[in-house]
Order: sequence, then structure tokens, then C-alpha cells
Amino acid sequence: MTWTWFHRLGSPPYVYRLAQRLTPWFAWSAGVLILAGLFGGLVLAPPDYQQGNGFRIIYVHAPTAWLSLMVYTWMGVAAAVGLIWRIKVAHAVAAACAPIGASFTAAALATGSLFGKPMWGTWWVWTPRLTSELLLLFLYLGYMGLRASFDDTQRADRASAVLAVVGIVNVPIVHYSVVWWNDLHQASSLTLAGKDTIATSMLVPLLVSLLGFTLYFGAIVLVRLRAEILRRERAASWIREALA
Amino acid sequence: MTPPDSLPTTPPLLAARLVIERDLLLAFRRPEQLLHPLAFFMLVTTLFVLSESSERTVLRGIAPGVLWVGALLAALLALDFLFRDDAQDGTLEQYALSGQSLTWLLLGKTSSHWLLTGVPLSVMAPLMAYTLGVPASASVGIMLTVALGSLALSFIGSIGAALTLGARRGGVLLAILILPLAAPILIFGSRATELAIRGEAYVAPMELLGAIVVLSFTLAPLAAAAAVRISLE
Amino acid sequence: MTIQFQSMAQFLAMGKYGAYVWPSFGLTLLVIVLNIVWARRLLRQAQLDARRRLVIQEQNA
Repeated sequence: MTWTWFHRLGSPPYVYRLAQRLTPWFAWSAGVLILAGLFGGLVLAPPDYQQGNGFRIIYVHAPTAWLSLMVYTWMGVAAAVGLIWRIKVAHAVAAACAPIGASFTAAALATGSLFGKPMWGTWWVWTPRLTSELLLLFLYLGYMGLRASFDDTQRADRASAVLAVVGIVNVPIVHYSVVWWNDLHQASSLTLAGKDTIATSMLVPLLVSLLGFTLYFGAIVLVRLRAEILRRERAASWIREALA
Repeated sequence: MTPPDSLPTTPPLLAARLVIERDLLLAFRRPEQLLHPLAFFMLVTTLFVLSESSERTVLRGIAPGVLWVGALLAALLALDFLFRDDAQDGTLEQYALSGQSLTWLLLGKTSSHWLLTGVPLSVMAPLMAYTLGVPASASVGIMLTVALGSLALSFIGSIGAALTLGARRGGVLLAILILPLAAPILIFGSRATELAIRGEAYVAPMELLGAIVVLSFTLAPLAAAAAVRISLE
Repeated sequence: MTIQFQSMAQFLAMGKYGAYVWPSFGLTLLVIVLNIVWARRLLRQAQLDARRRLVIQEQNA
């Protein structure tokens, strides 16, 4: 009884229709939250004591970095599910995630660079945090490249899934790099308890942004997922009805 | 009719050893293949010298990086023939179908690959380092660090080699795939080599490198076996 | 919550950080928009292809 939802998620027509229904909810709520978060961060949040108005970059840098890690996690989990239980839809999810993750990793690196130049005086520095984030980008690109090099979809799915799962070790490395090593990049600015917490007026737009970006990812991946499913289910009978 | 369960099975460790022996035997029949990575290593080192300067102090400064980039590129070149011959003549398929644990067989294959490529590289490395102005006293340290690092490289590289077996332009793709995974080896390895060259204690990065080796030694054959099965479909 | 800037000029300048803040936001917005466009185009293309295949199927049937 409780596992029927899991089985249904393995059915392409079900997932297609579900994705179709859910996308507007994700999209609109994401739009509102992102706009609110960015507005709050740009206009309403007070300037930082040390970094002045430059700290506002965090309102795009943190969400893009968060997305770069979260998307890879989803990709890795979906790939693992696809490998273990041989569920095609899971592979489709992983495939849908990759370009999104790659572009936001690039954005995280770029916004980070723009953040670093005024604050640290340099566009780039080979610290563990930055280096492992760059490696994350290479992993995404490698995943996409590996996929593209196979003509057979099933082979592409499974080979790239192995790569995605192996590469998942990089995600905790990126996250904990500022804890394990002395990094120029600051340690996590979001602590829920303790004395060095970020001011509320700065925190709220950040949280709103993070949530907004997360929902945005949901919307985009659902759209891509539908495209993936259509591509794979070449001659299935349910497609006629779904496209009507 | 004897039921199949009563057939004696080779214990996996013995199977791995047999694979190693077979690979070593085959390799020594065609030793030229082993020379390619070494020649490449020499070439890369020479290119660095030519493009930088021939001043000993400058060279000694860049020596760890040069040695490791050279070793990494040579290892990448060598990874190409890790599975190629066996995949082409069907041996790999036999391994997968044999009923033996493919993980253990690949453990053996990758180990023999390291013996044939990594070990010669680590012997060559002090010689190349000497041409880069590094004192001979650092030879042991360089050999150990490159040996350990190339061991990890062989294992992590085996995953990439298995994944790109059936792919177009596999060689370039292999390099792109391996790079993120091999980066930690490069980082800690060159750090260890740098300390060795300076005559300082290099235990700390060696321990980290050793941890990576242990991790890849145990987990990489699993991933590589999965990848081989996928490639052979 | 109050608006932190007294004038538009102040807002655009971002107190000497403007050259870094605005490209960051612009780049991020660009990535956001591009992802939307790319995903929608992919879906539209996939739907077109599927429709074409259905038509061919019906013709062959």
C-alpha cells in the first residue's frame, strides 16, 4: 500500500502528467520568491559592517552555489535509483538535472569571482572550496559529455549514472572544505544557533532567495523531465493522449 | 549428472592473482607498449624545461608540478590499454561471464596495470627530477610518493577507462572524466613530493594519499566492474 | 524594513561595489532566463517530434 507511490513514479505517463500539473505551481512560487528575495537583498537589507554594499552579491552567489550542490545530489540519487532498481524515469531525471546544475555551478563560480575581487583582492585563488567547486563543474560536464558519447540511450544512462554516483563524493568535499581546511572562503554564514549568526534583516531575503531558487530548479527540471520522457518513449500509446 | 553446485570454484584472491600473472606475462611478450608511457613522461618533462628556463633554481621550484603532471598524463596514456586489448579479443567478456567476482578480477587487472606502468614511472621520476635540478637525496621520497599516487591513479582511472570503453573519442573523454576524480591525488601527491624535495618530512600528505589509495583500492573495482558490465552489453 | 538607499544614483553605485554587484545579479538573471528558454525549447521540440512520429505511425497503420 505505502509503496504504490514509488511504483507509480516509475511509470512514465504518470510522471509526465504529474510534472505537467506541478510545473506551474513551482514556477510561479519560484518567480515570486526569487523576486522578493532579490529585492529584499538589494534594497531592504542593511549594508554589511565590513563589506558594505558589496555583500549583496551573496543574494545571488549563495543560491547559485546551493543549487550547484543540491542539483548534483538529486542527480546522483536519481542515477543511483536508476542503476539499482533499473527505473528509466530515474535516469531521465538525472539527465534533466545535469545542464541545470552545470550552468548554476558556472554561475556560482562567476559570482564568487565577482565577490572575491573586491573582498579578497583577487578573481581566483586555489583554495579547497573553490577548487572542489570547479571540479564539480568538470564532473557535470564530464557527465554530459559521457552521455553524449553513447548512441544507445540505455548505455548512456547507465554509464553516466556510474559516473554521477562516483562523483557524489565531491559534494560533501565542497560543503565541508571550509570546515576541514583553513580556507579563504568564509565558513558557513548560516548558523541556526550560536552567537555569530547573521542579522535577521539580512537573513530573511537570503532564505527567501534560497527557497525561491530551489522551487525554480523544481520547475525547470520538471519541464526538462517531460522532454526527456517524450524523447525516450518513442512510440508509446499514452503519448497521443498526453499531447492533446 | 553432477549438479553445478558441486563444481569447485576458485577463491577470488587466487583468481585475482592469476589475472595479474597473465597480464604480466602478456606484457613482457610485448615490452614496447610499456615504454610508451615512460617515453611520454620524459617528453613532457623536457617540454616543460624547454618552455620554462634551464636555470636549476627555477626548475627545482616547478619540479613537483612537472613530475606530477607528467606522471598523470603518462598514466592517462597508459589507462588506454588497461582494458582495450582484453575488450577487443573477448577476454573481458569471458571475465564478466565467468561466474567469478568481476570486482576481484578487475582488482587484479588494475594491480597488474600499476605494476607495469606506475612502478616504472616512479622509478623514472627521480631520474627526471635530477634533470630538473633536484638533489639525489630526495630520490627515495619521490619514488614513494609517485608510486603511491600512481597506484591511486590506476584504480580511479580504471573506472573512467571502463566507462569510456564503448564510447566515441574515448581517449579524450577519459581524460575529462578522470580529471575531477584525480585532482586530490595530484594535490596531495605533488605536496608530498615537494616536501620530499625540500628534505622535509612528507608523512602527512602521504597519509592522506594512502587513505585515498585504500579508498580507491577497495571501491574503484566495484564501480569499474559495474561500468564494464554496462560497456559490454 | 526600510529602503536602504536615498537615491537611484546611490543604488546603482552600491557604494563603490557597483561594478561587482550588478554584473553578478545580471549574470545570475541571465542564467535563470537561459535555463527557462532552453528547457521550454527542448520540451517544445520533443512534443513536435512526438506529434510527427504519431502522424507517421497513423499513416503507416
